[in-house]
Amino acid sequence: MDKNQSTGLLFEISRPGRRAHRVGAPDVPEIPLETLFPGEVLAETPPALPELAELDVVRHFTNLSSKNMAIDCNFYPLGSCTMKYNPKRHERIVALPGFGAIHPLAPDSVSQGILELVYGMQKILAEIAGLPAVSIQPAAGAQGELTALLVAAAYFRHKKDYRTRVLIPDSAHGTNPASAALAGFEAVTVKSRADGLVDFEDLKSKVDNRTAVFMITNPNTLGLFDGQIAEITKLIHDAGGLVYLDGANMNAILGITRPGDFGADMMHYNVHKTFTGPHGAGGPGSGPIAVRDFLEPFLPSPVVVKTNNGYALDFDRSLSIGRVHGFQGNIGVLVRGYAYILTLGPKGLREVSEQAVLNANYLLALLKDAIEVPKGDRCMHEFVASARLLRREKRISAMDICKGLLDHGYHPPTVYFPLVVPEALMMEPTETESKETLEEYAKVFKAILAESAETLHHAPHTLGISRPDEVAAAKTPVLRWKN
Amino acid sequence: MSEKRYAPTHEWVEIKDGFAVVGLTRFAVEQLTDVIYIDLPKVGASVSAGQPIAEIESVKAVSDIYAPVDGEITEVNTALSSDASIVSRDPFGEGWLFKIKTANANPTSHLLDNAGYEAQIAGQAH
Repeated sequence: MDKNQSTGLLFEISRPGRRAHRVGAPDVPEIPLETLFPGEVLAETPPALPELAELDVVRHFTNLSSKNMAIDCNFYPLGSCTMKYNPKRHERIVALPGFGAIHPLAPDSVSQGILELVYGMQKILAEIAGLPAVSIQPAAGAQGELTALLVAAAYFRHKKDYRTRVLIPDSAHGTNPASAALAGFEAVTVKSRADGLVDFEDLKSKVDNRTAVFMITNPNTLGLFDGQIAEITKLIHDAGGLVYLDGANMNAILGITRPGDFGADMMHYNVHKTFTGPHGAGGPGSGPIAVRDFLEPFLPSPVVVKTNNGYALDFDRSLSIGRVHGFQGNIGVLVRGYAYILTLGPKGLREVSEQAVLNANYLLALLKDAIEVPKGDRCMHEFVASARLLRREKRISAMDICKGLLDHGYHPPTVYFPLVVPEALMMEPTETESKETLEEYAKVFKAILAESAETLHHAPHTLGISRPDEVAAAKTPVLRWKN
Repeated sequence: MSEKRYAPTHEWVEIKDGFAVVGLTRFAVEQLTDVIYIDLPKVGASVSAGQPIAEIESVKAVSDIYAPVDGEITEVNTALSSDASIVSRDPFGEGWLFKIKTANANPTSHLLDNAGYEAQIAGQAH
């Protein structure tokens, strides 16, 4: 069925005089604009806004949204992104007037409900992390990383222990070195061994009294838990450095192990991934951080505290790095996350991780005879396959497989990441998918591998757009409409 | 003109008129896929072997380019700033990246020869 009506650019389907509503005659005297503002600040012409009927607008956005891949429509095994189902009841809860109609500038005395929720969320996140102090401000994982590194920098400055380097494994998310650089550190790469875990000897050779922080993702981006973690954290601590846990993969270890227990001093959560929050296409996210007690004074200001008179925002924090976000971060995502955590409880959260790991291992077992999985035949919550041999033998690349999946209604895996695996296809099924969904996906995946290279090179065949020019899109993007 | 020598990080070096001409191997640019942008070092910068001195951005990722030999950057391939795809089309010729003036009498002795580099990439090859 064609779903293209009214999907042209709004400016192009605009017709002069068309509108969705008319403003009635005012019941107060009209005052000419020129008498309110000096002429030189007024625009010569009104802004060129599109003129549309309400039905044009509804069809435009409804039809465009139907072209989208979404977890509510399609299996979405996008590795590292934890595209689990977001229960609809969270939307109802977050829209309650006590959450949806409050104002962030309202005084504490009339905001006790939301402050109690944030305080409770701080306690819960501290418990799951095994780290006692929490800031809920950061807007997403990458900002959580940056915030934690700024906290570490403030801590070392306060100690007059000037450290300049942040060590990062080569399998890390690209946000790690970016956060280190933005926080004023030099990012130093640590090699991985052939099996994908940290090369301990290489790490050892790079740790010294310049080391501020070692950032580790555990389980790592290959979906492997690094069993050297106790040795690694001891090495860093003996050198006077801090260990940062990139919490991107927390969905594998909830209630099973805690970053604070395996030696991490700081971590971030992705509430929208690990817990809940509709995400993809850029947000909104929520990236709270949890840290050890000695780092608490440096956390962003304010934090929510419990006083004799109820809950309050505590701004009296002289060592704080200051604000990293307006108000209390993306509070709507935190409300959803709080509802999710309370619904499942401690046992339920552990089951989330157990099921996520089981699903990933089941999918791995279904696919490993059809496509190479170079780093082992067991995984945590995700695994990384490689189209290296398929590309050499059949001229089918990881990208071709992904484009083929689109024709079958599946969102592709994460592609060409992590960089340590050539032709990488990173798959994370999450715990919310059924056995039947995983089996059907594996069947389709294998059928795609059996298609001819010629067919796949031109996939997708069934979508409005096939293969956009990625170089032109990156180099000369068209960012605004021009008449 | 000398034989090309290779760094394990996929740069090639050829000594030409007393300068080390440096580029990326065909294997490396095929791995990168479509190249968008190349950030070249500054002329006059002194570099040491193994140091990351330039960046190449493809539709897949941003990767470091390492100095294969010690010395001073004397020239960069300015044609690449307007058309980075030259590197993909002709990595061993028109797509050279920069030239290094080196004081060392035998600056490439630590690098791989053709057979050594072929052996290294055989394990990674597509």
